[in-house]
Amino acid sequence: MVREIEKTAGIPVVHIATIVPIMLTVGSNRIIPGIAIPHPLGKPGNDEEDHAARRKLCERALKAITTKIDKQTVFKE
Amino acid sequence: MKKRVVLYINQFFAGMGGEESAHIPPESKNTILGPGAAFTQAFGDEAEIVGTVICGDSYYGEHIEQAREECLKRIRAFEPDCLVAGPAFNAGRYGVACGDICTAAQRELNITAVTGWYSENPGRELYGANVFAVPTVDSARGMKDAVAKMSRLALRLMSGEPMGPAREEGYFHRGIRKNFFHEKTGAQRAIDLALQKFHGEAFQTELEMPVFKKIPPAAPVKDIKSAKIAICSSGGIVPKGNPDHIRVSSAMNWGKYDISKLDDLTPENYESIHGGYDRTWALEDPDRVLPLDEMRKLEREGAFGKLYEYACTTTGTATSVANAESFGREIGELLKKDGVDAAILTST
Repeated sequence: MVREIEKTAGIPVVHIATIVPIMLTVGSNRIIPGIAIPHPLGKPGNDEEDHAARRKLCERALKAITTKIDKQTVFKE
Repeated sequence: MKKRVVLYINQFFAGMGGEESAHIPPESKNTILGPGAAFTQAFGDEAEIVGTVICGDSYYGEHIEQAREECLKRIRAFEPDCLVAGPAFNAGRYGVACGDICTAAQRELNITAVTGWYSENPGRELYGANVFAVPTVDSARGMKDAVAKMSRLALRLMSGEPMGPAREEGYFHRGIRKNFFHEKTGAQRAIDLALQKFHGEAFQTELEMPVFKKIPPAAPVKDIKSAKIAICSSGGIVPKGNPDHIRVSSAMNWGKYDISKLDDLTPENYESIHGGYDRTWALEDPDRVLPLDEMRKLEREGAFGKLYEYACTTTGTATSVANAESFGREIGELLKKDGVDAAILTST
């Protein structure tokens, strides 16, 4: 889905999920590892940490969108 | 008694011309044309070509139902036991025509049908699950080899003996798995495979994984401050009540949801319907899968231009690769039409 959106629209698509090898296999180009499969953008338990974790991943996604890459890239920070 | 075989070929292999003749409608001949001579030789005493049906590649592609009906009528008139189509090598329209007429001949005339394709021929993608086809090289320089394989497969099928696995019999697998008793259990076979792999020996998997395509990365967004960004998800996040009836697994559709007036996803307005993960945390706060709240804050703070008015979502679990690809293309068209500059897609 990520790959076909990127190809059809001609725009960068950042993929946030937890299992990096799968994102690499399906052909996602800009990859961000999420926190856990059932809550890729959340840290349940503490409300403040939950939001902070989500915000950090969203900011990293914005950075990935503006970064020039020439091959599949995992944005770890 | 020799088995009766009809050969289907295009205008080119019938010697009627190249692209300029690709529009000719179906016709039939009592003579042996093109690869027919090689097939006749390969069949020996067991089968013979009783007629040739020809159709222009463009004609078949542009009038597929009419061409199919007309060709079937002509094939039937020869009262064959088998249809041999092509081989089409890597010719796209020809490969599709061969796949289509073989599928139709099996179904409508109840006869054996065989074709040959290069592995990437689009005919294989469309008809590979329906018909017996042999792998060929990408051009007619491989005619001799293709004819040998196709004739052998055709005779094998006409003999009525049970067919073995694709890799042993030399045809493209059709995605069919047969159950049978093996002297070793699955666990023993898995260990054998692992050891073969470990020792660097040749090994044959019992379950081939799909091969995914790769594409060159899109150029980055130059001016994030004015960029319109979309959020999408395969994590099954939908408005409460799942208005588009997206399936909990093996999704057949995706949904487009207006988030322009929302700042936060809550258990009151959104939910997860995904059948492939524990939804406890996503039901508690759907933003943990589709991060609307933090993206809205970043938008207000000016970290980027504008959040796209719609979220596009579906369920990713057990959804076929073909469906996921077509959802991607449809969403891509929408984002392009609406001038979206980048997207963030989350998966669970």
